[in-house]
Amino acid sequence: MLEGGPALNTTILLFLLQDGITNGAVYALLGLAMVLVFAVTRVILIPQGEFVAYGALTYATLATGQIPGTAMLAVVMGLVAFAFDLFAARKAFRPKVILRAVAVDIVFPVVVLALTWGLAGRTNAIPVNIALSLLIVAAIGLFLYRIAFQPIAHTSVLVLLIASVGAHLALEGFGLIFFGAEGLRGPAISNAMITIGQLQITGQSLAVYGITIALIVALWLFFDFTLYGKALRATAVNRLGARLVGIRTSLSGQMAFLLASVIGAISGILIVPITTLYYDTGFIVGLKGFVAAIIGGLISYPITAAAAIVVGLVEAFSSFYASNYKEVIVFTLIIPVLVLRSLAAPDVEEEKE
Amino acid sequence: MTQRWPIILFALVMAALPLVPEIPPFWIVLLNNIGLAALVAMGLVLLTGVGGLTSFGQAAFCGFGAYTTAVLSTAYGVSPWLTLPLALIVSGLAAVVLGLITVRLSGHYLPLGTLAWSLGLYYLFGKLEFVGRNDGISAIPPLEIGAWRMLDAGSIYYVIWIAVILSAVLTTNLLDSRTGRGIRALRRGHIAAEAFGVNTARAKLLVFIYAAVLAGLSGWLYAHFLRAVTPTPFGVHASIEYLFIAVVGGAGYIWGGVLGAVIVIVLKEILQSYLPLIFGGQGQLELIVFGLVLVALVHLAPGGVWPWLAGLLPFKRRPPRIDTSLHLAARPATELPPVLLQLEGARKQFGGVVAVNDVSFSVKPKEIVALIGPNGAGKSTTFNLITRVLDSSSGRITVCGTDVAGTTPQQIARLGVARTFQHVKLVPDMTVLENVALGAHLRGRSGTFASMLRLDRADEAKLLAEATRQIERVGLKDQIDQLAGSLSLGQQRIVEIARALCVDPVLLLLDEPAAGLRHMEKQQLAALLRQLRDGGMSILLVEHDMGFVMDLADRIVVLDFGTKIAEGTPDTIKTNPDVIRAYLGAAA
Repeated sequence: MLEGGPALNTTILLFLLQDGITNGAVYALLGLAMVLVFAVTRVILIPQGEFVAYGALTYATLATGQIPGTAMLAVVMGLVAFAFDLFAARKAFRPKVILRAVAVDIVFPVVVLALTWGLAGRTNAIPVNIALSLLIVAAIGLFLYRIAFQPIAHTSVLVLLIASVGAHLALEGFGLIFFGAEGLRGPAISNAMITIGQLQITGQSLAVYGITIALIVALWLFFDFTLYGKALRATAVNRLGARLVGIRTSLSGQMAFLLASVIGAISGILIVPITTLYYDTGFIVGLKGFVAAIIGGLISYPITAAAAIVVGLVEAFSSFYASNYKEVIVFTLIIPVLVLRSLAAPDVEEEKE
Repeated sequence: MTQRWPIILFALVMAALPLVPEIPPFWIVLLNNIGLAALVAMGLVLLTGVGGLTSFGQAAFCGFGAYTTAVLSTAYGVSPWLTLPLALIVSGLAAVVLGLITVRLSGHYLPLGTLAWSLGLYYLFGKLEFVGRNDGISAIPPLEIGAWRMLDAGSIYYVIWIAVILSAVLTTNLLDSRTGRGIRALRRGHIAAEAFGVNTARAKLLVFIYAAVLAGLSGWLYAHFLRAVTPTPFGVHASIEYLFIAVVGGAGYIWGGVLGAVIVIVLKEILQSYLPLIFGGQGQLELIVFGLVLVALVHLAPGGVWPWLAGLLPFKRRPPRIDTSLHLAARPATELPPVLLQLEGARKQFGGVVAVNDVSFSVKPKEIVALIGPNGAGKSTTFNLITRVLDSSSGRITVCGTDVAGTTPQQIARLGVARTFQHVKLVPDMTVLENVALGAHLRGRSGTFASMLRLDRADEAKLLAEATRQIERVGLKDQIDQLAGSLSLGQQRIVEIARALCVDPVLLLLDEPAAGLRHMEKQQLAALLRQLRDGGMSILLVEHDMGFVMDLADRIVVLDFGTKIAEGTPDTIKTNPDVIRAYLGAAA
């Protein structure tokens, strides 16, 4: 069933390589975000795909001068999160806690909505639209953790996963309402084009590489050199231990979701000028990031990044040689890796409870 | 054991339902869908809820069943009844192949692995020519009995629900058996199960295949109910929904799978038909509400709805009646070798840390040897080396003259070595009786099929009789039908001893048996251990309670930082300067 297809020449090879690495870079970002969230909260972040789609489509909607529905969603979710915070604080009513809740849950999304309202309808500079999109999705990510996961943070991975699936379904449904069934494309961050011999590099690809590398370095600096980063890592290693030394694990979870949603939104904004995104495209893009994350064992950032590039390349080349089987190949890619991993690291039985 | 009449009542109600006059035909379709989902969910209950293996791939197995019959009955004109066994075999074989790859994955890799191949298979169904690519296969013939063609939902309804009820009964039987106890022990980790001879790799593969065959059965029924198949109902979303059904219903309960299917399918139906009436036909509102309800349900009842509902129902599980006059065959009375257990330079290194440093000692028949030492001295590691939970780095360990190098924990159990654990490893939601009966696993013979069909009852009665006797022997008769998790920690340790005794061991390894016991209980335990020794058993025990050890042990081996520093009778150990130094520091 493999197609004979055209022979591989240098131009095509270079094109496939570039395509693979560009996609791989995006998968790397998503994979990193998933590793981050899983390590800190044990949540397998299925809604990562929605963060991608929301980021991309919010950005594309803003570029057309309209107000994206996600800005409203952020406010509503903020109100619910506020109700949760009030409920949680009902026994010890401290003004400081309430003030923080008001600031984070109500003022923040309302200000973002006001900004969006004020700025929409004009042709904004691209950075303004990007910043707005990131703020909106960041708010959604933060409130998602507060509402759906923080109250059940102590339960099993399976229960968290089911909640994760529920969140994915709900957010996907909202995506359809906000953005419609039609796909959208956004304006490129850069329209530059560099030609080196037979190699043509678009400014957009360069932006993808640059931002991916910058984010990976930033994450590394964050986790290795800042107190917050170390607190997140401590939560990942041992929740109870982290709490005992005074780290607020609920805050770590919120932080992880905030970072993941921003990373997801950035990935979306990076790819929406290259391919048309639909309200439900995020799921499959997110899953490919997930494949990379699994290969990285949900632990290692560098391996995840490298694996993501490999996933991108395999996808590019299989779409050339056996386009029908592209997805089959990408998703079965991880099975041998999983087998090797479980052979290399034999079953260690952890003491539960 | 379990009462029959609730199931019979349920079957009668289900049989009568379509006969109710003017029942909307649509309800029957809904019930058919519930039955189909319940079959898959039941498999997941066994796999995920009971066995602890989460699978995102169950819908793919439905696909194997559905496509097998679709291809054979359309392209080759094979009768649908003939394709039933074939569909089950194909799903089962697919499970063998995928199971061999994925079941041995540990921890979170397993669900992720199943997610991967389930995605791959979904795309494969959509691309392969002979299964009709994305268009699928249509015009599948209906089921027929004689001249009766089951074209409408009302006729295949009976086939579907007979399958559901039959599967539920067979699965209940399976769980309530020797094989079932092995499966139920999986979730608490493999170490304890293996120490009593359960081949955990095989048990995992077994439940994996079992769940896949149930899914394949559902797929076969689906194909002949809708009479067309496409890849969509076999994708990851469907798999996730099945998992969700199991969790909502109660992942640990067979009827939880059925209840979950009712809740989820009815809920989806209500959302799909009424939400547009309230909010207008806008978008995928039902998807949003469904997602929100899902999150809310998980928040409100993380354990599922069935356990809550079962608590309200009038019928209770009756404790089994046990005929203690039955006896299992005892270990053949051969002449015991002069040395039961021999360690010669046993060593275990974890990277640079030497946990057990060239330790040598032996245990002779009818002897109680105590292994003592400060925390971290390597006592439990030594136990793990003897029982093959860990590989020794070097040295030689022999049990009854057999070198244990290269053997499995199951083989050690077969040699007659039974153990307890420092951190209690009982299955908390099994009764004391069931936990202890796991110890007699190797002394029973009944397999999976015998258990499902209840041909195992004679064998099972003997196992339960033996378990009852050992529970009475350790003095926990009053707690026999309580859940192990509800006992105090001290009592749980005693349950572990009863479980170990069920092996009919020649050598008993006890890891801190007296921890958590009160003074009187310790004295009773000491008396029991002496009685066991006098009956011919040898005991090697790790214990921190020096009074207990000094009174009981014939010989004491002292470890410190992995190295043996002394060996001798209690009296010589008490005065040994090295031992005093190790326990109290150099100044003493």
